Amino acid sequence: MPTKTEKDALTGREIRDHEWDGIHELDTPLPRWWLYTLFATIAFAVVYCLLYPAIPLLHSHSEGMLGYTNRAALVQSTERAAAQQAQFIDRIRAASLEDIRKNPELLAFAETGGRAAFNENCAPCHRAGGAGAKGYPNLADDDWLWGGTLAAIHQTITHGVRNADPDSRQSQMPRFGADKLLTPQQISDVADYVLSLSHQPAPAEAAKRGAAVFAENCAVCHGEKGAGNPEIGSKNLTNGIWLYGGDKATLVETITNARNSSMPAWGARLDPTTIKMLAVYVHSLGGGQ
Amino acid sequence: MAPAHAQEAHDQEGIPLFAPHEKVYPRSVRGSVRRVKWAVLAVCLTLYYAGPWLRWDRGPGHPHQALLIDMPARRAYFFWIEIWPQEVYYFAGLLILGAVGLFLVTSLYGRVWCGYTCPQTVWTDLFLWAERLTEGDRTQRIRLDQQPWSARKLARKAAKHALWLLIAAATGGAWVMYFNDAPTLARDLFRLHASLPQWGFMALFTGTTYLLAGWVREQVCTYMCPWPRFQSAMIDEDTLAVTYRRWRGEPRGKHKKDESWEGRGDCIDCKACIAVCPTGIDIRDGLQLECIGCGLCIDACNDIMDKVGRPRGLIAFDTDANDAARRRGETPRRRLLRPRTVIYAAVLLLVATVMAVALARRSTVEVSVLADRSPLFVRLSDGGIRNGYTLKIENNAGELRIYTVTAAGLPGALLHIAELEAPPAAAEQGVPVAVKGDAIGTFRVYLQAPRPAVRETPFAFVVRDADSGETARYDAIFRGPGQ
Repeated sequence: MPTKTEKDALTGREIRDHEWDGIHELDTPLPRWWLYTLFATIAFAVVYCLLYPAIPLLHSHSEGMLGYTNRAALVQSTERAAAQQAQFIDRIRAASLEDIRKNPELLAFAETGGRAAFNENCAPCHRAGGAGAKGYPNLADDDWLWGGTLAAIHQTITHGVRNADPDSRQSQMPRFGADKLLTPQQISDVADYVLSLSHQPAPAEAAKRGAAVFAENCAVCHGEKGAGNPEIGSKNLTNGIWLYGGDKATLVETITNARNSSMPAWGARLDPTTIKMLAVYVHSLGGGQ
Repeated sequence: MAPAHAQEAHDQEGIPLFAPHEKVYPRSVRGSVRRVKWAVLAVCLTLYYAGPWLRWDRGPGHPHQALLIDMPARRAYFFWIEIWPQEVYYFAGLLILGAVGLFLVTSLYGRVWCGYTCPQTVWTDLFLWAERLTEGDRTQRIRLDQQPWSARKLARKAAKHALWLLIAAATGGAWVMYFNDAPTLARDLFRLHASLPQWGFMALFTGTTYLLAGWVREQVCTYMCPWPRFQSAMIDEDTLAVTYRRWRGEPRGKHKKDESWEGRGDCIDCKACIAVCPTGIDIRDGLQLECIGCGLCIDACNDIMDKVGRPRGLIAFDTDANDAARRRGETPRRRLLRPRTVIYAAVLLLVATVMAVALARRSTVEVSVLADRSPLFVRLSDGGIRNGYTLKIENNAGELRIYTVTAAGLPGALLHIAELEAPPAAAEQGVPVAVKGDAIGTFRVYLQAPRPAVRETPFAFVVRDADSGETARYDAIFRGPGQ
């Protein structure tokens, strides 16, 4: 064991006292750039801890001299974004639905804003892009229960369907089977007639019997030829589009128990500008009239 | 300290454990090679600094800079060529051309790129010139570095670094000009109005220029650059290289005036070749990695040969084969046509042809289509099916163009574009749309067709430029519920 410092012949470095199985270690100093980088990082950490919230305390944390917080930064950037959108929002608030549609700039903004609001509020039922689902109308097709003009769409979104809003879309289909208004045989016949109305194969005899039942019970709302009426939300029964399904069993189920689904009045939940943008967006999905 | 240790280590064991960096003090030199090197330097620097100031008229609303990479607008301009981001493969093609061109030149003429045109060499040369201007030539610089600090030393060092930083700032400034309108940016820089990224990138390239050309120099070539490591793959016995004619120079030794040249070589061991070498090597050790092939030692040696009255060319650009031929007293002859040069030239020609053809055949209209995914298709009340697409038409031409959008392969289909008031038209006939020049037009396209028997019907959107007749095609799929 060397007692005094000994120098390594090859490198000129001092050899440390430790020895492991005859292997010594050189006392090589740290590279200068490495050491200064370490000092710089330490200095940076001290400065950072002073400027920014960094040190956990018992119930809170050190505030930092700059008073910075992530939450405040988020609020700030959100406000900045809102301020940038404000000019468009103001114009949309002032413009009529038709004016928005005619102005490409406003239309683009409204469609984008409408899409965001739709995905957040409407897509859970109507699905992305208004694809619809059983019981929830497809908003992209050309068949509308309550009308597909901008004004009609706007009205439906604002006041909803069959809810407590005094202006909501109201209508009630009777429960023809459950309330014993029609016999099961009559219901089966009228279902067959509806099948024939929508150009689906149906037994002619039963359909003929059903036609009489239809004229007496259904035509008052659905029209003599079953073309429906958007004023009262009665379904057009002559095309290939169905809210619940157009096969015999589903039709029987619908006639027996009625459907009468509802939709919230969004006027109570969203601001008028958002509803305008929603109307424009839904109208743009492909079926707008 | 460290060099002494290394020397000690070398002495005791014969194996150096590490080689600490020794500063190189290249001496100035005059001669034909040096003149060529100055000329190349002047041309390269002029091209670089003047490049962004070249103007090119592209009409109103377009940048007037001949060489411009406009990052915010995502366009690159090269005189009459305008590149969009998706055409960046032209840049890749340029890089391939550059690489193969370098292979060819290297196999013919050796390291001329390294010695003359490489930015590292050019700027190091310029910085050395500034160093000589402020600190003097080799011996004065060595003496200055060994002196203790004094007002005179400080003044000279400060002058050198100020000059270096000035050149570096001009270099960094010129770099940023390639990405901005040069006159506007120059004004902004002098008024201190430039943006943070502009200052940042200028500082970055100023810093790297100062560091690499001032401080690191030949270490870039020997330690950092991969090119010297693998260019030996392109070099053979018929490649030009800076060659010390050992058979003529050896045995070397000091030579006194009027002494006979009989029985000895022409090399008088004056070490002039080492003193002028920018990488500080001894060319008499033969071809080596550190030699960048600049040939300054040729000038230095020719000068000495003139003085001692021996023929020039003890060190010269020569091939290995010719050096051997000369030694044997045969007539040297250059072999330019070798398998490798032919292959490199052929590849170069091929890539250049492919690029030229691609550029010439470049369409001014591109189309891309994104089919709606929700809903995939819509059933219509008449039993038909409607699909929605987002159609993007890229108008590369400088001015507004009218395109006819048609869908081919969907019999009986109707095409409707949501942005237009026009009613749906037969898909085979198409609908005209206008797209502004140098822009992308985005359209919502609805295709409506009788319910197809299959779930997926392939068809194609065809967009035709009514004026030029150019067409662009995009294969798409019309989806339905199937049977």
